[in-house]
Amino acid sequence: MNQHVAIASGKGGTGKTTIAANLAFLWARLGRQVLYVDCDVEAPNGHIFLHPKIEQRLPATTTVPQIAKDLCGLCGRCGSFCHYNALLCLPDQVLTFPELCHGCGGCIRLCPHQAISEVPREIGRIEMGTAGSVNFASGLLNIGEAMSPPLIRSLKNSLIESDLTIIDAPPGTSCPVIESIRHCDYTLLVTEPTPFGLNDLQLAVEMLRALDQPFGVVINRAGLDDRPLLDYCLKEQLPILAQLPDDRRVAEAYSRGELVCSVLTDFQQLFAALLAAVDMVLQQKKANLTTGRAS
Amino acid sequence: MKELVIISGKGGTGKTSVAASFAALAENAVVADCDVDAADLHLVLEPQVLDRHDFSGGFNATVRTVQCSGCGTCLQLCRFGAVNLDRGRAQIDPIACEGCGVCSHFCPEEAIDFSPSINGQWFLSTTCHGPMVHARLGIAQENSGKLVSLIRKQAKQIAANEDRNLIIIDGSPGIGCPVIASLTGADQLLAVTEPTMSGRHDLKRVADLAAHFGSPLAVCINKWDLNPDLTRLIEDDARQRKLPVVGRIRYDRAVTDAQIHRRTVVEHTPSGAATDIKKLWQAISTLLSAPQTPKNHP
Repeated sequence: MNQHVAIASGKGGTGKTTIAANLAFLWARLGRQVLYVDCDVEAPNGHIFLHPKIEQRLPATTTVPQIAKDLCGLCGRCGSFCHYNALLCLPDQVLTFPELCHGCGGCIRLCPHQAISEVPREIGRIEMGTAGSVNFASGLLNIGEAMSPPLIRSLKNSLIESDLTIIDAPPGTSCPVIESIRHCDYTLLVTEPTPFGLNDLQLAVEMLRALDQPFGVVINRAGLDDRPLLDYCLKEQLPILAQLPDDRRVAEAYSRGELVCSVLTDFQQLFAALLAAVDMVLQQKKANLTTGRAS
Repeated sequence: MKELVIISGKGGTGKTSVAASFAALAENAVVADCDVDAADLHLVLEPQVLDRHDFSGGFNATVRTVQCSGCGTCLQLCRFGAVNLDRGRAQIDPIACEGCGVCSHFCPEEAIDFSPSINGQWFLSTTCHGPMVHARLGIAQENSGKLVSLIRKQAKQIAANEDRNLIIIDGSPGIGCPVIASLTGADQLLAVTEPTMSGRHDLKRVADLAAHFGSPLAVCINKWDLNPDLTRLIEDDARQRKLPVVGRIRYDRAVTDAQIHRRTVVEHTPSGAATDIKKLWQAISTLLSAPQTPKNHP
């Protein structure tokens, strides 16, 4: 059964990629079929730690309107319909702003002259390959493109089936994150014990609750000022799956692009415990589904 | 009036700590938090809200169930997977809905309402270092770019009204929608990066973005002594692109400590990283006061 685990965080730089890459590495070493997917398409970093051999590069496209001037009756309906201001109707022509288009297809349907067609437009690319026994996929947004959700959508649509898919999500709580973690079986929210970390965790928790998806918390850089964060988790009854201590060696390994698990044995044990905790949640979910079906 | 935007490519590199310190060091500035997705500047500057406003950046579709015949037209036309049919009635998932209006426009029963949605709130505030504009985007809401543009507009307005000559903007991570809205047309960008392979990778992307929009970019390295070799490499990258390297900030626990005490680094401690940030501020001030800011081109 294909299960999806997302690694997310309200704030950037809390350790999402570190956790996602190390979990992928350890799970694969245990013999599981693992697919690591870097959905932080604005700033993808997973490749820096996993060193994948890229075997396939695909352009990621979205569809945008194209106006056939000879057919256009200049009625202005497309421009007044478009809520993204991607079409501007002037007295003598219709201008299109492809980078604003969400590709809803409304303009094409309502044009009385059939003057609008859809053409693909490249917004980035998708890369796929292998990193040792980990299958790897990543998206890279083109510079100057504003919208990452369509690229994330297209990345998720091109994934191969895997026993376990690990989604490395972008930071924040808006569209790109939601696109990344929707329909995941479980989400790990990575945070750190600082006021910024706590504030952004609270936003991320609200997001997961709005999505009605199960999640747990991983505290990275533990040992700074943990009380407020632990109190919050306790009050909100959030399961804490791991606490990884604040350690300059980790920051240094990270800076060199090394996987913490392959260079620091004490951290390998901590990650193995985290992996076991996530595994347990996933097993439970699988078991619940099976009994649900049986009854 | 000059506008300084602090960006990073990668999250968690210290943008907010630098922006807050700049707010303390600047005289006569307006501060704006344009990281609407994970706004943190208020945790340090502790603004007193004078004025709050709803932000409406998009639209929401809602089905009037009584009128819905369950024909499935909306389900067929929605490209965002936002429509479900539940017991013969259409239902719209507000999280998946992109507010395009197709379902409402083409519904044969005219059973779908399409109205402006409240996507967040924005605030005009006062802090001990001057006025501040900030916002909170609602959970799972879109249009962060529009909200960022609105915040910048408000900050400019205040600067003009109160005759303040500088706007300091805390930008968001990444290179997408909110960042683009934060940096287009700004007088000076400052990228705060860190000496990691990821930091180097993401700085390249954000430098490409700045070049794409023709915005002048300067670079500083936070926690530089974590990896001096990479710091030098990143600085070389920057020089090759003709980007001014305006400072290094050392790895200093006082930065986290200041955050925990909800103070700016420069007010919290007189030495260490605070010294580095003060030097950085000097260098940025010089850049900002230069008669013509050099533009870098793609």
